[in-house]
Amino acid sequence: MKPNDYDIAVIGGGNAALCAAMTAAEAGARVLILETAPKAYRGGNSRHTRNFRCMHRAPLGPLVEAYSEDEYFADLMKVTKGKTDEHLARLAIRTSEECLPWMEAHGVRFQPSLSGTLSLARTNAFFMGGGKSLVNAYYRTAAKLGVDVLYEANVTHLELNGDTIEWIDFTHEDQDIRITPKSVVVASGGFQADTDWLTRAWGPAAKNFLIRGTPYNRGVVLADLLEQGVSQVGDADQCHAVAIDGRAPKFDGGIVTRLDCVPFSIVVNKDAQRFYDEGEDTWPKRYAIWGRLVAAQPDQVGHVVIDAKSLNLFMPSVFPPLKADTLEELAEMMGIPADKLVKTVEEFNAACGDTSNFHPTELDGVTTTGITPAKTNWARPITEAPFYGYSLRTGVTFTYLGLKVDENAQCSTADGPIKNLWAAGETMAGSILGQGYLAGYGMTIGTVFGRIAGREAANHAN
Amino acid sequence: MQTNALTDMNPDFLGEARRQAEICNACRYCEGYCSVFPALHADRAFSDGDITQLANLCHNCRGCYYACQYTAPHEFELNLPAALAEVRRDSWESFAWPQPVARRFHTSGGMIALALVIGFALILFALRALGSAGGEGFYAAMSHNAMVAIFAPAFILPLVSLAISLRRYWHSVGGTTLKLADITGAFGRAAKMQDLAAGHGEGCNFEDEDRFSQSRRHVHQMVMYGFLLCFAATSSATVMHYVFGLHAPYAFFSLPKLLGLIGGLLHTIGCVWMVALKLKSDRHLGDVQAWGGEIGFIALLGFVGFSGLMLYALGQTALMPAMLAIHLGAVLTFFLLTPFTKMAHGFYRLTALIRDAQRKRLQG
Ligand SMILES: Cc1cc2nc3c(=O)[nH]c(=O)nc-3n(C[C@H](O)[C@H](O)[C@H](O)COP(=O)(O)OP(=O)(O)OC[C@H]3O[C@@H](n4cnc5c(N)ncnc54)[C@H](O)[C@@H]3O)c2cc1C
Ligand code: SF4
Ligand code: SF4
Repeated sequence: MKPNDYDIAVIGGGNAALCAAMTAAEAGARVLILETAPKAYRGGNSRHTRNFRCMHRAPLGPLVEAYSEDEYFADLMKVTKGKTDEHLARLAIRTSEECLPWMEAHGVRFQPSLSGTLSLARTNAFFMGGGKSLVNAYYRTAAKLGVDVLYEANVTHLELNGDTIEWIDFTHEDQDIRITPKSVVVASGGFQADTDWLTRAWGPAAKNFLIRGTPYNRGVVLADLLEQGVSQVGDADQCHAVAIDGRAPKFDGGIVTRLDCVPFSIVVNKDAQRFYDEGEDTWPKRYAIWGRLVAAQPDQVGHVVIDAKSLNLFMPSVFPPLKADTLEELAEMMGIPADKLVKTVEEFNAACGDTSNFHPTELDGVTTTGITPAKTNWARPITEAPFYGYSLRTGVTFTYLGLKVDENAQCSTADGPIKNLWAAGETMAGSILGQGYLAGYGMTIGTVFGRIAGREAANHAN
Repeated sequence: MQTNALTDMNPDFLGEARRQAEICNACRYCEGYCSVFPALHADRAFSDGDITQLANLCHNCRGCYYACQYTAPHEFELNLPAALAEVRRDSWESFAWPQPVARRFHTSGGMIALALVIGFALILFALRALGSAGGEGFYAAMSHNAMVAIFAPAFILPLVSLAISLRRYWHSVGGTTLKLADITGAFGRAAKMQDLAAGHGEGCNFEDEDRFSQSRRHVHQMVMYGFLLCFAATSSATVMHYVFGLHAPYAFFSLPKLLGLIGGLLHTIGCVWMVALKLKSDRHLGDVQAWGGEIGFIALLGFVGFSGLMLYALGQTALMPAMLAIHLGAVLTFFLLTPFTKMAHGFYRLTALIRDAQRKRLQG
């Protein structure tokens, strides 16, 4: 078929796009996926994921026990501090239960909770092989359903005329192509890979941020639609950001760049000063705030210092730590003032008390006294050589500023709904998440709203 | 013989596999695919022996390659199936005994062909020199005793060689005193070729990128059971010969003939199918250097079956003595090369599974 023969164009090639495309094709529509990435990098951030959060009233697939709508919603409210659209959030939560069997029927395979993630065995269903195998399975199923895919098809413009998208412009193999599908689904992610946009929102600090996922989510379609008056949701400086290994690549470092050692460490800035309670809570509950803490430090960098006794308490990470026999040497390797680091460690050590209750996997209350900031759990003196160091930087997962949608995933302008435009996934996640993030909820939003968008787009086209 | 064979291994292969294993250990997404990952995640640092054991647990299903978000062009350049395949072959070469022949055949189909020619020549020479003692059927061409004189050592020598190799392997990967449970556990998995079904039981990602398919498992089962049937055919003939005094040639409806025929067909078709799968697969996800040697080996294996069938078909004709020489030459070559070709992989894999069962038992 020629690019113009399709009923529906789906922009993007990740989880949300694929869910929309498969659903629309099953409803009988002719669907074309426009994915800007080459085939090897198809699947956006979705190929970095590992699980999705799923409500269930009884054991379901790999999920044990039950996870009710109310508990799920309460968990969400805790992280977003109430900045949540309750109606859409509950819709996503309620629908997640039927998503799991739907995903299996479309080729996704699940596995028991990965080693080191037992705490998620009840709430999050893990994809066997991770997100890329999910994406691969969906591409296979989509192909069987007759969905066509153009890789390296970069959408640059959607022409909005009143309440209708008239055409789509994209480039493909050095050609500018214009198509006029009846329905359009936008599932092209956030804008985090556009450093200039991030810098406008965050200030110059953003230049030092690392992007955990795909370099292709540059917000081109998002910016184009917002400029034409499509309704927006969320603030440009709201995003999911975590503290990751400072040596990670600028883009696409993914899961392996995470560092789990902070609770057993002290973290100092480039002046060798501590700046936050490293032991405030268990790491899965705290790694997201550390993204922001590090972003607020000079040069947006933090340095983690641990000693020999803590080395084996956390999951190994992809880069080996710096290692030195003395703190002075370690400071030199880190490029921070040695005398100040020694002083900071001495003060910290002096503030440590009885450590006999130390327990690495529980809030043990082993705390410092008399220093600010305090370390309120796992506070053991840093004394045993060799000493180890990691650097921390802010790693952005995705941005929240996006397209505002209703329960049909439909986009609108100030004048009302746009007849043939729907959005799903990261690009509309801000409609639900005002701030904060709940592990596994991104894939839930993409799957639920991708399917809704596909259904509505097909209804309109047929 | 007691030197540590690990020191003979290529440090570049080991280093590359270790680099990748460390990335996998920080990721863990592939944990459900096979026994490599749970074994990998049990460690924080990997000795050469650990890497060698992981390599021999891998059966190159490629699931973890197509599922990996870090494959090239990503700068982490993950390709675990290839990295482990290189270590695996290097381990077989390094542990093999005797060393001078060990590194000739894995990587060279040409050497296998040459060995085959020598095998033919030896048998022809034997036919000429020993002749027949006037027996019936095949024994009209070569006497039973002459066959035994040639094939008994050709069978036992490779077994001795393999035993030495596996002993070296066991010590290199840190194996300790065996318990029966280790062995029964491992055999159960091997018999079903459970791992070839992949984590969710839908097979390998071999002949068509990330599509799961049972072909590779079925082809292995065909070849293995075909081979075992042929073996059973020969064994039953031996028993009939020595125990019951029933001498060849046997009728069509006899154990040796029926087992041999079915086995030979399975085995031959299996090998052809195996080559076809290999040709469709992406070479770069395996041991690229060993490609020629592997194809050569499967060709030899298939030829053993095929020439056996031909011998059966032409057994009553004037071509029989020639066919017999060809078949026996192929069998001889195949036996003698067993420790030095891909044929060894089954033995190593079983040993690795036993060691894995032991690891699990000891780590609780
Ligand atoms: C390292 C990491 C781990 C994560 N782990 C999890 C997890 O375990 N569970 C979870 O729920 N969430 C996780 N997330 C978040 C999750 O990835 C996202 O919420 C989800 O993948 C969003 O899906 P999507 O389809 O909206 O976007 P994406 O999967 O990012 O897809 C966007 C697609 O649009 C394409 N595109 C962009 N611009 C254009 C254009 N102009 N023209 C054409 N195509 C375009 C991109 O190439 C891409 O294919 C993780 C994120 C990261 C970075
Ligand atoms: S092969 Fe890739 S996806 Fe699988 S565990 Fe290793 S790094 Fe992770
Ligand atoms: S290729 Fe298959 S068997 Fe080998 S490590 Fe990867 S998933 Fe495991």
